[in-house]
Amino acid sequence: MATHRRASVRLVASFLAAGLASTALAACSASDGDGGTQEAEVTAEGVDDGTELTLWTRAPLEQQANLLVEAYNASHENQVELTVVPNDDYVAKVGAAAGSDSLPDLFAADIVYVPNWVQQGLFADVTDAVAELDQADQINKGHLEGGTLDGRQHVLPFVLDVSVMFYNKDLYEQAGLDPEQGPTTLAEFSDQAKAVDELGGDVSGTYFGGNCGGCLVFTWFPQVWAGGEDVMNAEGTESLLAGDTAQEVYGVWQDLVQSGAVGEGSKEETGATWTGPFLEGEVGVMPFPATMLATADEALGEVGVAPIPGPDGGASTFVGGDGLGISKDSENADQAWNFMSWLMSEEAQVEVLAKNGDVVSRADLVENEYSTKDPRVLAVNEIAAQGRTPLAINFQQAFNAPGSPWVTMVRNEVFGEGGSVETDNEEITAVLAQ
Amino acid sequence: MPANLSVRPPVRPAGRTRPALAAAARRRALRGWGYAAPTALLVIGLFVLPVLLVGQMSVSDWPLLSGNQGINAPQNYVDAVGHRYFWDSVVFTVKYTVIATVLLIGLGLGFALLVQESSRWTAVLRTSILVPSALGLASASLLFYALYSPQVGPLSPLLRSLGLADGPVTFLGTPDSALWSTVFLVVWRFAGFYMLLLMVGLQGIPHEVLEAARMDGANRWQTFVSVTLPLLRPSLALCTVLCVTGSLLAFDQFYILTKGGPDNSTLTVVQLIYNVAFQGQNDLGVAAALSIVVLVVLVVVNVAQLRAMRTGQED
Repeated sequence: MATHRRASVRLVASFLAAGLASTALAACSASDGDGGTQEAEVTAEGVDDGTELTLWTRAPLEQQANLLVEAYNASHENQVELTVVPNDDYVAKVGAAAGSDSLPDLFAADIVYVPNWVQQGLFADVTDAVAELDQADQINKGHLEGGTLDGRQHVLPFVLDVSVMFYNKDLYEQAGLDPEQGPTTLAEFSDQAKAVDELGGDVSGTYFGGNCGGCLVFTWFPQVWAGGEDVMNAEGTESLLAGDTAQEVYGVWQDLVQSGAVGEGSKEETGATWTGPFLEGEVGVMPFPATMLATADEALGEVGVAPIPGPDGGASTFVGGDGLGISKDSENADQAWNFMSWLMSEEAQVEVLAKNGDVVSRADLVENEYSTKDPRVLAVNEIAAQGRTPLAINFQQAFNAPGSPWVTMVRNEVFGEGGSVETDNEEITAVLAQ
Repeated sequence: MPANLSVRPPVRPAGRTRPALAAAARRRALRGWGYAAPTALLVIGLFVLPVLLVGQMSVSDWPLLSGNQGINAPQNYVDAVGHRYFWDSVVFTVKYTVIATVLLIGLGLGFALLVQESSRWTAVLRTSILVPSALGLASASLLFYALYSPQVGPLSPLLRSLGLADGPVTFLGTPDSALWSTVFLVVWRFAGFYMLLLMVGLQGIPHEVLEAARMDGANRWQTFVSVTLPLLRPSLALCTVLCVTGSLLAFDQFYILTKGGPDNSTLTVVQLIYNVAFQGQNDLGVAAALSIVVLVVLVVVNVAQLRAMRTGQED
């Protein structure tokens, strides 16, 4: 309520200011309202003239998006109106808006969908503006690359989400494990999960979204990367998920399922509640989104954090989260760029994101006053630097979609008889290569 | 609406010339069109135009995110029928429709007979069977999602404590249990509705007929089979049309409870359309082609059902 009132006061003030300015500087501001992507007057800051901007994001990043928008609105004339859309409806909503040329000024997209959406022309070209930024070379490479088509850039990282192992320190202590030492190999992970599972009751060793392609991509790809193998070829047109390391990974999880150390409901978990059991304190250890650190601490006291290991050690992570771009339909591209440019500033990265325990998108800000306070946050930031973002045009259809060939493959290997990994992998490649 | 319009005598008023009569007829026709226009506009705006748009999509290359890219016929239809889950989803939808229709009409009729006879519990019974119908299907599905949930659902522990199950029960974990769990939800939600429809039909049967049957020495079963059922035919036909159409178009319950899983075993045709359009393939052209196929099938099924009902009446 208070924010609302402050916002409207600010709005009135900015209208007055804009009115005065426009009479005094009519000659200079001629190029303002005609919208589109004006390449002529690219500035690092964009325009801050009290414009109402619209911004869409999906629900999993609601907390971060709210904090960012609040901080921006409090310090700028421009006012951003945030719309949060349920995760499952986001693509449909963006699709409908794109078809009717009514996309918001700014919208975020799951980074794995960005290459496709850029190819479809949903985002405006911001290459020249990005080049004007002071620390352009420090911005997360994976996200920038996802938004690059034919050498032109279209998105900046909005919120980074990396996957790490979370473990419940209380349960570790009860199970006689060292609460300061998370797993460093998948074998250790498996042993620790089984040890916690011995506690019985509602407690289970581990948990995963067994019917959720997106969760599996986010939490299992790093296990393959940490083992030194790739999941796709560089072009994102061929699946390499039948490799030796990948098969070892499936083997570890199949063993966990068979030994009963995996929580009830993993097999049916479509992703709606895949983080629930851990936050209830009923799961020992599982790969988890690092953006949930603050939430998990609130629910469980301090949780343990470790990098996701491969079968024989190593560490990697999936640099996911959302990229943010200016839509093709925005008539306030310069004002929208003002938000994007501010998003890359130290103020936004450190005072908003890092303060909330989130990963920063700029390599030069990894060590900041908040991350150095909590070694876990610093560790997460350092893992993010070694992480990867897999890019493919048909990523959604091959991996994230319900009933995708990737989900079929994992379910065959982990819950079923197995043995069909080669043919299942060919199915994934067939979709990727379309 | 003026009531005299329909009771105007069709007799020619004496002394009028032919042109005057023609003008009067034209006026009347015009007025008729005037009365029909609001409905016609609604039908055109909310049904005909969207169907035409879907028709156009179905013959166009139309990705969700970039709009119409020109003609692509008949490739969309080839892709639609050739989709790797097309036949699976057709078989599943038909299977679900048969199960749901048999159970709903059977139980609806049973309940209707049960609550029709007046006893002191009838009112309570009627209400408790009908109450779930007041709940939206999506809300009901969410309710059952929670009830079936292996983490928070109370049903699995309840069954265990009653000794009806050894281990934890996974309601949505296997293809069969997912199907029957969903059927249970649908029966719970809709049985009352069909009970109500059939109750109205039962109350429309004149007492005299039943009394005559009794006087002729027919027992309860004979009365039911030879008198009640034939006279209930219009109500049963209505229920069947509604139930078959509704089940062939099933979406909400499966979308919320199973998302088509496990392993695409509970994927209905409408879910397939939704998935093709919004969940990965993002191809409105193929999705529209599938929709047209479903529309044609529904029209054929409904015409067949209505015709069967009419020939039944002529007997």
